Amino acid sequence: MDQNQHKLKASVALLRILIGWHFLFEGVVKLYNPEWTSFGYLATAQGPFKWFFTMLVGNGTIGIVDTLNIVALMVVGITFTLGIFERVGAIVGMGLLALYFFAHPPLPGLTQMNVEGSYWIVNKNLIELVACIVIYQLPTGAIFGLDYFRKNKLAKIQEK
Amino acid sequence: MKWTRRDLLKGLGGLPILGAVWWAGAASSVGSRKERTEILEQLNIVPSLPNAVPGIGGEPVRVGVIGFGIRGEQLCRALGFATNEWREEMTLAAQEDPNIKALEDFDKQEKLNVKLVGICDVFDVRAEKFINSFSTDDFTPKRYTTYKDMIQSGDVDAVVIATPDHWHAPMSIEALNNNVHVYVEKPMTHTVEETYRLREAAKNSKAVFAVGHQHRQTLSFSTARDIVEKGTLGHISLIQTNTNRNDDNGAWNYDIHEKASPETIDWEQFLGSAPQVPFNKNHFFRWRKWWAYGSGLSGDLLTHDYDRLNCVLNMGIPSSVSASGGVYTHKDGRNVPDVIQVNMEFPEYSSGSSQVKGKEKGMTFCYSATLGNGFNRPTILMGHDATMELGNNLTVWPDGGSTRYADMLENEKMRPNVPIYQYNPAANVPDAISSATSQYFADKGLMWTYIDGVRVDSTFLHMREWLSVIKNGGQVSCGIKEGFEEAISAHMAGLSWKLGRRIEWDPEQEQLKPIEGVDFDQVLLANGNWNMQQVTTETVT
Repeated sequence: MDQNQHKLKASVALLRILIGWHFLFEGVVKLYNPEWTSFGYLATAQGPFKWFFTMLVGNGTIGIVDTLNIVALMVVGITFTLGIFERVGAIVGMGLLALYFFAHPPLPGLTQMNVEGSYWIVNKNLIELVACIVIYQLPTGAIFGLDYFRKNKLAKIQEK
Repeated sequence: MKWTRRDLLKGLGGLPILGAVWWAGAASSVGSRKERTEILEQLNIVPSLPNAVPGIGGEPVRVGVIGFGIRGEQLCRALGFATNEWREEMTLAAQEDPNIKALEDFDKQEKLNVKLVGICDVFDVRAEKFINSFSTDDFTPKRYTTYKDMIQSGDVDAVVIATPDHWHAPMSIEALNNNVHVYVEKPMTHTVEETYRLREAAKNSKAVFAVGHQHRQTLSFSTARDIVEKGTLGHISLIQTNTNRNDDNGAWNYDIHEKASPETIDWEQFLGSAPQVPFNKNHFFRWRKWWAYGSGLSGDLLTHDYDRLNCVLNMGIPSSVSASGGVYTHKDGRNVPDVIQVNMEFPEYSSGSSQVKGKEKGMTFCYSATLGNGFNRPTILMGHDATMELGNNLTVWPDGGSTRYADMLENEKMRPNVPIYQYNPAANVPDAISSATSQYFADKGLMWTYIDGVRVDSTFLHMREWLSVIKNGGQVSCGIKEGFEEAISAHMAGLSWKLGRRIEWDPEQEQLKPIEGVDFDQVLLANGNWNMQQVTTETVT
């Protein structure tokens, strides 16, 4: 493999592991805390899609929304850390981050709630979303991850 | 096929990362939950459930309404009757902001077994509004010219009194003497003397008497009682409670109706025992601003805060009260103060103690109010072991110097700035409250309570309890004992402000300790500050 190509893949693999780490931890913490709910985050949604997020906090829907959120976080976390089906994980991750971004978009004129920095249009959710695009475009499970076995199985059999 | 160690590292390297992150996440979640459970188990606080009220069966209770102003209309809505005008207004409000659910909540409210049979209001427009809104195809409520006519008619079982303060006692006494049930707004009385007469009347009557302190139904308050009784806070030495309002409505500058005139208002009846002054719209609609008809901050708003705490602590009448303040913001002719600080002393009060004997008694209740600032200062109960913020929500913080929690603080299982208990029955309900004044009441837990996450008007619960006791017997939660304590405490505050001196209570004799040369009721009814009055009189003579 071309040396530069290899370095790039190694860097993306590192990026993938870190994002996976982040998602997995968020998912696990929520999974083990039965009292956790996205209610507050959604109920205080702002911006052009406020109506959509407010709709999600209904009595019948909030439980499903919470479960889906945990499942999605775990899917991204597991696929990214293990390095398998990472493109599926990347799509789920993009979807999730897009939702987080639009629930509290850092648009001028909106009060930013519960954020740890100063943002104008671009925030960390958006950046992580773009990082997921990179991971989608450049799968690295084959150099570090379970995909390594799948990809190399054939080669090993041939070796024999 | 043979995998080398290098292959395994590349293929399975993610597994230990997954394992480590999973373990760390689970451990932090479970760990903090365990810590919380440990604290909660130690505190053993039981969130209150609403009282099961026996149904109001049989024939509907025939209710007559005396006074159909702002509060009178609210009380009728609590009974299940809204005016056409209010329905229209709320429909428009909900169209503008879908979070305003007043009409929706009203329509969902359980229907009470009552019939509004009569109205007595000295303003024609209000009486007509009542009749127009509450008439049905086969029944028209009757308008009575005087409260005595209504009470003695034999056509009403119960009356709801929402008049200016100076009419509360005379009307309640008349009703009780005729065995007509009474729901009267706060403050229960306007003078010291009538407080005793009303207590006598209530004791001798077969009728049920209730004072309109609806927050006695608020679930967070009964939970707060459990918190205090379990010694969670330790010895409470100070209570801070406040009123902060900065708008016309909150300063009692209500709208003056365009149709108000000597022709449409029975002015003489409005005045009653009050000083005979010529017709005055300002006095009629904004009566809360004058001692002749109302009692200002001490009778109007301090009573809410006092009774809120009396319902949690059952502390009774203070041994002494000192107050100060003045008319500083609204110099519009009013004579009740718009800033007041009231300190009530309870040297014998004890909420239990975790310390050595001798450190468990004595408390000051400090009420601080202004109508010139709207900053929300919460109600705080300050104990040796913990501090509690009291409202529709409850929060308890441990105190850094606590004896009871010393071990847990040392082991960092508790931290002084981290709450050890929070009660938020509304956590799942987004709220929209229309005006600053209603926000003020909502924050204090005076407006509604939450049952299974559903918002319920606490006035509705309070009136339902009263009606249930009428039909089934039992005790109302704010009866003559609670009303007596509320009224005496409020009068002590008013007197202290007016006289500029400390007013003391004699618990053995059950009376105010006399002050030579001072007639308490004369002082209470007099306009303005008594000292200033005396000075003026002396200068004149």
